Amino acid sequence: MNQNRMSQNTIPDGSAQPSDAVHSGPPVTVNRYGPLQRLNHWITATSLILLALSGLALFTPALFFLTGLFGGGQNTRLLHPWIGVVLFVSFFIFFFQLWRANLPERTDVVWVKRIGDVVAGHEERLPELGKYNAGQKFIFWGMTGLILVLIASGILIWDQYFGEATPIDVRRVAVLVHSIAAVLIICIFILHVYAAFWTRGTLSAMTRGTVTGGWAWRHHRKWLRQLVGRRRIDPAK
Amino acid sequence: MSGTMAEQPRTAVSNPPVRALAANFGPQDLLRRSATSSLPAPQRQLTAVAKLIDVSKCIGCKACQSACVEWNDTNPAIGVNTGVYENPHDLTEDMFTLMRFSEWVNPETNNLEWLIRKDGCMHCADPGCLKACPAPGAIVQYTNGIVDFIHDNCIGCGYCVKGCPFNIPRISRADHRAYKCTLCSDRVAVGQGPACAKACPTQAIVFGTKEDMTRHAQERITDLKSRGFANAGLYDPPGVGGTHVMYVLHHADQPGIYSGLPENPRISPLVETWKGMTKYVGLAVMGFAAVGSLMHGIFGRANRVSREDEENAEKLVEGRPVPPPDSEERPG
Ligand code: HEM
Ligand code: SF4
Ligand code: SF4
Ligand code: SF4
Repeated sequence: MNQNRMSQNTIPDGSAQPSDAVHSGPPVTVNRYGPLQRLNHWITATSLILLALSGLALFTPALFFLTGLFGGGQNTRLLHPWIGVVLFVSFFIFFFQLWRANLPERTDVVWVKRIGDVVAGHEERLPELGKYNAGQKFIFWGMTGLILVLIASGILIWDQYFGEATPIDVRRVAVLVHSIAAVLIICIFILHVYAAFWTRGTLSAMTRGTVTGGWAWRHHRKWLRQLVGRRRIDPAK
Repeated sequence: MSGTMAEQPRTAVSNPPVRALAANFGPQDLLRRSATSSLPAPQRQLTAVAKLIDVSKCIGCKACQSACVEWNDTNPAIGVNTGVYENPHDLTEDMFTLMRFSEWVNPETNNLEWLIRKDGCMHCADPGCLKACPAPGAIVQYTNGIVDFIHDNCIGCGYCVKGCPFNIPRISRADHRAYKCTLCSDRVAVGQGPACAKACPTQAIVFGTKEDMTRHAQERITDLKSRGFANAGLYDPPGVGGTHVMYVLHHADQPGIYSGLPENPRISPLVETWKGMTKYVGLAVMGFAAVGSLMHGIFGRANRVSREDEENAEKLVEGRPVPPPDSEERPG
């Protein structure tokens, strides 16, 4: 399908979004996230970190001291679910902006098969990629699924408001599911942060909203070609 | 620590001493403490105590409930009569014990039997509430078998509710702490039996050492059997390691007819998995992810954008020739 479209129209489908744009250089810079998106992402990130810390405090006695960060055990118990609600809302705003660009495509299969080259940094051996690679998509959908599981199970075990809403057996399942889902989302979070750090030049997408042209060329060339092909090139600032 | 230490009570009927006595057990006698792995071994073993509730002797007067409210000063709100005997309608943070009434037609005799069971904490030898509790020291178990909630340490999470096989703890909506029967630990510590046992007019509730109570139960069971209750027996469920509140039941083969007393209570496997496997595996997996990333970050080679990448981007933007788009299916 992609192939067909490309033959009619040389602009590749790199999942570029309306606000993405290239600024001609040197150095070339590319807008990847707008200011509101970045603000929202930081709200999501902060709430996820606070949820992990407050949740882990209850997860194991060895980390109970983390309740000190939230003003004691009672406050930790009180705050955690509310931070969860903030996470849910902010993540799903983000979700509706990005889900299309994260739909799976054929290149994702190739990317996964060549995961060895990905980890070794041999990007020249990989197909050209759109705005997100399969790893980023995995993180996106993993977070989506787990946040849904966490909010659903979290509400069932939210004793203050829903303590009597379901039978105890349901709450036992919910607390087990919640703690397993929490472990998984923390692992995905670690992977996400590490990937952003390991792929040098990525963090500026979330601080300044832009990446360099070289970064886009190296990692998301199809996306860059689409932006250039659309002629959304603004003069350098 | 004023003066002589109180004796351990062996009965609930004795009258209180006239002079002040020092508590006969305390924090030094903990067998278990919630969310605490390094609890020092207790220096002595207290005699195990037990409350025995003989269902066949209960007349449903609720003196025990009143005594409980009085001693613990809980002042439950006045409720609404919905045409049942239970009052209040369930255990609450202000009602640690509740008489539950059921009408049961014995299929063998076709007689209507009015079964009255005093519900409340069973003081399990293997307490699910304590296992589930995430707050250090919010639930403790003394070597005499009493399971007590230390409200100052409670965070109000409700995990104990999920851990308990008997649906006992209740979380106060006022102070967000968990409440249940204490087996009158504060009375026992000064040589007195529980308030309910003291108040019971028929001695359906008796209190003493677990050994004495088990022996007394056997006498009661023999008596009940001689009067036609062939299945009379003691309820001291082994699934939770036995309990320090026991029942004499006239139909011990069917505990469920006593307002849903569990047949074979045990800590739910869901709770065991949650507090066991999930924690070990979870911490290992999260630790591995964190340490693995850190190691790769320190020893691995970062993925850097090269000068050539930047130049290619410039050429692309300026419309100069760059390496062409490749086909999506490159031979592997
Ligand atoms: C999305 C909305 C969420 C809601 C409504 C929620 C709610 C809850 C509630 C009610 C509890 C019980 C303790 C308490 O009452 O505070 C809890 C425990 C916990 N939560 Fe969440 N939570 C959410 C998201 C998360 C997330 C994203 C994480 C991980 C980063 C997380 C990790 C944990 C952990 C580890 C526990 C302790 C589980 C245990 O004791 O085994 N939660 N959560
Ligand atoms: S509500 Fe209190 S006693 Fe119950 S598990 Fe939570 S901290 Fe422990
Ligand atoms: S009956 Fe429930 S609350 Fe009482 S000791 Fe057993 S598990 Fe804990
Ligand atoms: S005081 Fe004794 S007889 Fe009266 S309801 Fe309680 S257990 Fe039954």
